[in-house]
Amino acid sequence: MHRILELIENNADLTPKDIATMLDADVAEVEKALEQYKAEGVIVGKRTMINWQKTSREYVTAMIELKVTPQFGKGFDEIAERCYQYEQVKNVFLMSGGYDLALTVEGKTLTDVALFVAEKLAPMDQVMSTATHFVLRKYKEDGVLLSGKDDDERRVMMF
Amino acid sequence: MSYNPSDLINPKVSGLAPSGIRKLFDVAQSMTGVISLGVGEPDFDTPWHIRNVGIRSLEKGRTQYTSNAGLKELKSEISCYLKRKFNLEYNADKQVIVTVGGSEAIDLAMRTVICPGDEVLVPSPSFVCYGPIATLAGGVPVPVYTRQEDSFKLTPELLKKHITPKTKMLVLPFPNNPTGAIMTKSELEAIAKVLKDTNITILSDEIYAELTYGKERHVSIAEIDGMKDRTILVSGFSKAYAMTGWRLGYVCAHEDFTATMLKVHQYALMCAPTTSQFAAVEALRNGDDDIAMMRQEYDYRRRIIVDGFNSMGLTCFEPEGAFYCFPCIKSTGMTSQEFCQELLMDSKVALVAGDAFGESGEGYIRASYAYSIEHIKTALERIEQFISKRRK
Repeated sequence: MHRILELIENNADLTPKDIATMLDADVAEVEKALEQYKAEGVIVGKRTMINWQKTSREYVTAMIELKVTPQFGKGFDEIAERCYQYEQVKNVFLMSGGYDLALTVEGKTLTDVALFVAEKLAPMDQVMSTATHFVLRKYKEDGVLLSGKDDDERRVMMF
Repeated sequence: MSYNPSDLINPKVSGLAPSGIRKLFDVAQSMTGVISLGVGEPDFDTPWHIRNVGIRSLEKGRTQYTSNAGLKELKSEISCYLKRKFNLEYNADKQVIVTVGGSEAIDLAMRTVICPGDEVLVPSPSFVCYGPIATLAGGVPVPVYTRQEDSFKLTPELLKKHITPKTKMLVLPFPNNPTGAIMTKSELEAIAKVLKDTNITILSDEIYAELTYGKERHVSIAEIDGMKDRTILVSGFSKAYAMTGWRLGYVCAHEDFTATMLKVHQYALMCAPTTSQFAAVEALRNGDDDIAMMRQEYDYRRRIIVDGFNSMGLTCFEPEGAFYCFPCIKSTGMTSQEFCQELLMDSKVALVAGDAFGESGEGYIRASYAYSIEHIKTALERIEQFISKRRK
């Protein structure tokens, strides 16, 4: 029943009753499936997407490329774990191509992020090099438009 | 002698009934915080790859007229599409005309076929253009009132009852706006049985053909044995591909009809918009997944909205096509107009009164589900509160 997951991935406010109605399924079945997904770690949490760009909050996002040396018997897992333990690190992905780990790091200022990379990430034994790219503007995140039109431009009523 | 324009207007035009939503529309427009379920067009943007092809055509300077009947490659794609989806064979060069929306196709068909005094059978409730266009063409629209007990379908009995020696055309507006009713293959076969020994031409408006939600796909009456030659099939890109503003439709029919319709089209319109035609080629070639995505989304919303109305006691028959539901509000004791007006003023929800689609729509309201789930749920909450207050 991946359809349940697809529905709640796009709208966390849906209730089991809503989901059951939308899928023409039984509410109890949907509740059971949701519980099972949670137990199996398929559903790991619920969040609200916020466009911080529209607030006065000071923050900076950077994408960090890390080239690392994998460890015998552990591959990239241990270095990935060392990275994701930091609360500044929001995403960690193992990549194919020109570098190994892609991190998203958030901080209050450019200096905060730069120092974090210089003092915490770069000195790690397995890290061979880093490249930091600061995000200047977010246009679209997780499939949601953060800039551009958001009003319904249709007429209020028509045949 | 003073020149007075109002004395000079064609009485056929001045006699057309005013829009059934004008007053409420004006009120709704002047209010803030109104949440609407009153819109008859998709909430999706035209898929980007389709828009992009339109943009590219402009960049390449393809801004000239096309041939009157439309771009050759578009007519060819329309012909392939109808074969692929509905097993219908139309010669792309002789039997397809690309039009300015489905509305122009309806106008062409009626102007081409209807002679003064001819009767045009129009199932009611239905989209509002058929009667006025038939009147302008010199015909006499004859409403055929469909009923909720028949799931708002046209039955052979109803049809037989309305056929007279003057009947020239039958409009088949299914999937239906505003009811969401569809006609299955066996139901169309029963209609075909009634029509086969007559000279009645069918105008089949299939603009919502891609938006059906049952297990069976939409069936065109042109697919039914013996019906193709007498059927003028009208469809377009507005609903299936969320392309309302591009104003692009098409009409397919026996070449005796299309050859004549083309004359009207070339004098009145010259050709459909060129940019839109290039975009439509892309829609037909690569748009199946877009349709599937939108249809799935509409289907989710359909279930939520129908369940919502039924739960609050406004019985709603299950719509199987288009993106509207048509709940019955008779239990509230209000007329459709009263209900919509009071709901708008009291709870700031805009709906279209059922009688705007014909007399038989009285006692019903049309709610569109071309809105997000969140929007639909908020509107339903407001409607439920409104009804609870009225019932106290």
